[in-house]
Amino acid sequence: MSEGNMRLTLKVWRQSNSNTEGGFENYQLEGISPDMSFLEMFDVLNEQLVEAKQEPVAFDHDCREGICGMCSMHINGQPHGPLQGVTTCQLHMRSFKDGDTIVVEPWRAGSFPVIKDLVVARDAFDRIMAAGGFVSVNTGNAQDANNLPIPKEAADDAFAAAACIGCGACVAACKNASAMLFVSAKISQLALLPQGQAERKIRAEKMVAQMDSEGFGACTNTGACSAECPKGITFDNIARMNREYLGAKLSSTNV
Amino acid sequence: MIVMSWFTQTLTSSIGKKLIMALTGLFLISFLVIHAAINAMIFYNDGGETFSHWGHFMGTNPIIRTLEIGLVLGFLFHIYDGLMLTKTNRAARPVSYASRNANANSTWYSRSMGLLGTIILIFLVIHTSHFWIPNRTNQFATGEELDLYNMMLTTFQNPWVVLIYVAGCFSLFWHLLHGFKSAFQTLGLYHVKYNGLIAFLGTAFSIVVPLLFALMPIAMYLGWVK
Repeated sequence: MSEGNMRLTLKVWRQSNSNTEGGFENYQLEGISPDMSFLEMFDVLNEQLVEAKQEPVAFDHDCREGICGMCSMHINGQPHGPLQGVTTCQLHMRSFKDGDTIVVEPWRAGSFPVIKDLVVARDAFDRIMAAGGFVSVNTGNAQDANNLPIPKEAADDAFAAAACIGCGACVAACKNASAMLFVSAKISQLALLPQGQAERKIRAEKMVAQMDSEGFGACTNTGACSAECPKGITFDNIARMNREYLGAKLSSTNV
Repeated sequence: MIVMSWFTQTLTSSIGKKLIMALTGLFLISFLVIHAAINAMIFYNDGGETFSHWGHFMGTNPIIRTLEIGLVLGFLFHIYDGLMLTKTNRAARPVSYASRNANANSTWYSRSMGLLGTIILIFLVIHTSHFWIPNRTNQFATGEELDLYNMMLTTFQNPWVVLIYVAGCFSLFWHLLHGFKSAFQTLGLYHVKYNGLIAFLGTAFSIVVPLLFALMPIAMYLGWVK
């Protein structure tokens, strides 16, 4: 990590647990390299806090290469900060100017309660997946994927939807804290493939029902989710989910 | 009751509420076409003859009068559903952000449909109390229609009224600019072959119809139409 010379003021949300009220704390940082990632900058902050015998800032992170979906952070009013198509670990300090004040908040949604500081519980997403985001294989081994002929275009579309890493930036960006981009990507990735056909209707019905019962908002079609998505999940997935759901409701045998 | 359970469950789901919003919205858009087309007859500038001919048809034809009940219901469902959606959407984010750069990812009017709708509703109360309510009340009481054309000429001599109407048209413009396209997205009608057409029609409709409406009080106030 090269020695840098950026001076920053961080305004970070601190909250001990989900039952206490939080608030902003200001921190001064010096010697930040523009080559650091945003998370590395937080590592520097936490080293300072530990040295000063203070509680380090809790934040989510794992792979630090943009594929796991763990890092969150609402930075200066945008999920994952000012760049498009990146996660917070892929955001570098060169995107900020020397002397900047940076406001860092957790994702804000009733369905994503704050666990501590910048860490929110995203298990609402897990419960939506458990409601129908899978293909049931009740016996035997999974067959070789290449046994099923799938046209390149269908595979590409399914893969583009499957690129969703479940980070929750769509919920964080949406004015309604709606999870529809996430749920639509998960419904789409299976609806587009032959393996997903058998459970297609029940999947759409159950996943949407779970999404609603988790307390996420509805979609106003502002497109903010898609614009902020680090994986570029496209807005047409939501249209597909609407078709899948309404079609399933009209034609499924689940009364 | 078994049939009702899946049906009501669908319509009260998040996507179902959006479906009602989209269908009633498109229905109200179809009403705007008729309303704008018939009112534009004032631009014949023939002392209201053509306008009154069609106004009489719209005010007395039994099919149109029946559809009018549907129109009122369409407005009520659109408003009620909008209120319900706003309520759940707000509840979904109990703690708001201290810093929010929403303009980086969406247009202000797409995020302000409730506000724009409320302004349009306030305008509608004023607008219907100018023409529709007195006319229908009179029809109910005496069986006679009022002279709407001369009522327009009188009403639009007041510059404040003209201003309120123009403001209502601006709100309608932004509401439609997002709402038209949004309705198709909600219905799942997102298709590479039709997206361009829907976007073009949406923008053109949002400009042409409110502009036509706004020109009516302006033209009467400035004496272009007598």
